[in-house]
Amino acid sequence: MSTLAAQTRPAETFAPMSARRLLIFGGIALIAGGMLFGDIFAVFVLHQNGGQTGQALLAACEAASTGNSIAVKEIFQRIGGLLEDRGTKVDAHVHMADAGYLALLLALAQPYVVLPPSRKKLLAGLFVTGGLLLPVGIFLIHYVGLAYSPFAVIGWASVLADTAGALLIVVLIAECYGIVKFVLQGGKVSELALPADRTWERRALMSGGAALILAGFLYGAWYAGIDLYRHEAREAQILKSMLNAASAGGGGTVVEVANYGALAAGRAVKIAAHSHIIEFGLLAMLLSFVQPYVYLSEHWRRRWVAVLLIGSVILPVFVLLELNLGLVAGGIADVGGLLVVIALIGMLVGILRYSGQIDTTGVAA
Amino acid sequence: MSRARKLLLIGGFALAALGMLYGLYYALFVEHQTLDQMGGSLAQAFVQAAERRQVEASSSVDNYAATKYAYVRQVDIHSHWIGLAMLLIVLGVAFDFVVFGERARVWIAMALVAGSFLFPLGVILQTVSRNTAFASALAIFGSATVTIALAAVVWGFWRTSSEGRGVGGASPRVSAYRFGERE
Repeated sequence: MSTLAAQTRPAETFAPMSARRLLIFGGIALIAGGMLFGDIFAVFVLHQNGGQTGQALLAACEAASTGNSIAVKEIFQRIGGLLEDRGTKVDAHVHMADAGYLALLLALAQPYVVLPPSRKKLLAGLFVTGGLLLPVGIFLIHYVGLAYSPFAVIGWASVLADTAGALLIVVLIAECYGIVKFVLQGGKVSELALPADRTWERRALMSGGAALILAGFLYGAWYAGIDLYRHEAREAQILKSMLNAASAGGGGTVVEVANYGALAAGRAVKIAAHSHIIEFGLLAMLLSFVQPYVYLSEHWRRRWVAVLLIGSVILPVFVLLELNLGLVAGGIADVGGLLVVIALIGMLVGILRYSGQIDTTGVAA
Repeated sequence: MSRARKLLLIGGFALAALGMLYGLYYALFVEHQTLDQMGGSLAQAFVQAAERRQVEASSSVDNYAATKYAYVRQVDIHSHWIGLAMLLIVLGVAFDFVVFGERARVWIAMALVAGSFLFPLGVILQTVSRNTAFASALAIFGSATVTIALAAVVWGFWRTSSEGRGVGGASPRVSAYRFGERE
């Protein structure tokens, strides 16, 4: 493949309206959209939702303290609603970004998918459509509920999300079928591979991305070894103390609810730091492959790479520091996320310029 | 295509399929029951506390903790298998940029694939029996293998940049190639 790649020019691998072009555009747009949504969620929803959940838990303790078991059940239903609100937004953020990663991955795999170009283009279009509709459906689940639904427990938003998810699965199965054909036909590629140049941008993204993933692995191992079991034992201990205090009716539940909230926040930021640094590492590695298509001056290409890597470090580090520095660190983490989004949009603009250039002149300048 | 790349790509696709199949099975047959059990245990603990049944409330909290212990690990397996599969596939495409001899690259690829499979497997075995050292040892061995192999990959990428060698370690034609230039 190296030989083939060595003889490949970017313009030849980026045909107008090709599946690869669609997947690269769609993939970067989905990742940028998913991250922007995550940033907005972190600023306007996450902390407020956590506060409301804490208040509801305190209310449940007070209801238990007064022996009102009916109120306890009602409050737990409210907590379920709050958790659904938070969960669907986190899922929308994660699924949109992950669909983008998969789109970029499929763009890399296109030479090994032995299918007619029109079929590949159709599959790419369906994948990007599914990748957009899936998070939209997930986001709407909390708001649409069971309104006008003919089903007992599934609302229209869930139907939309499930249909979009099924569409993604169908496309992935079809792409796998194309890869199986590639293997059965003795490894003949169906189109040119991505250019295998080794510019500074590509090397920085490749080694920087792998280093970020390695840091995420090491931190994950640290968390699993040091904190995971301790957190689990502490959670049960706090809940028992909370219930004992509520049953005794002598106060103390406020402190236990605060302890529970602090534990949940501590666990959330550690897991978020672990997952975000690995995702950014994977993103950097994936973006290294599309650098030949970023039609900007060398100065700007390098600038966007640097901004992306800096943002990829700032976000997880300051998410982790939220425990010590509070909302200031949270704000800096959001700026880190914004830097990654800006770098992504900058690269996307470069790719759009590149496609415009080769579409009008037939070759890259 | 080199052996190392084949190993990573096949291992990655196989692991992705395994992770997705496990996720599908879990979502269809286990997850809803587990979530119901988890939420139900916690709500029940508060109701029992309201009824001043302290022993039962404490037992319900223990049930909640045990269910959550399994739930966290079962979901982690799904996400870690698929996440590691994506990493293997990306590395499979990029592995020519890792500047080591072919033998070393095959060993690194094998370590990545084996560790990616064994680490989540060890985690899932922890849910079968909480007190088995074998499961924890397997998870630690798998994660250590993947981490060490990835450190080697980072070094390999770095060597590419610091020593100025080309794709696959020996392709000056490629290193001369630049965006928009004609050979």
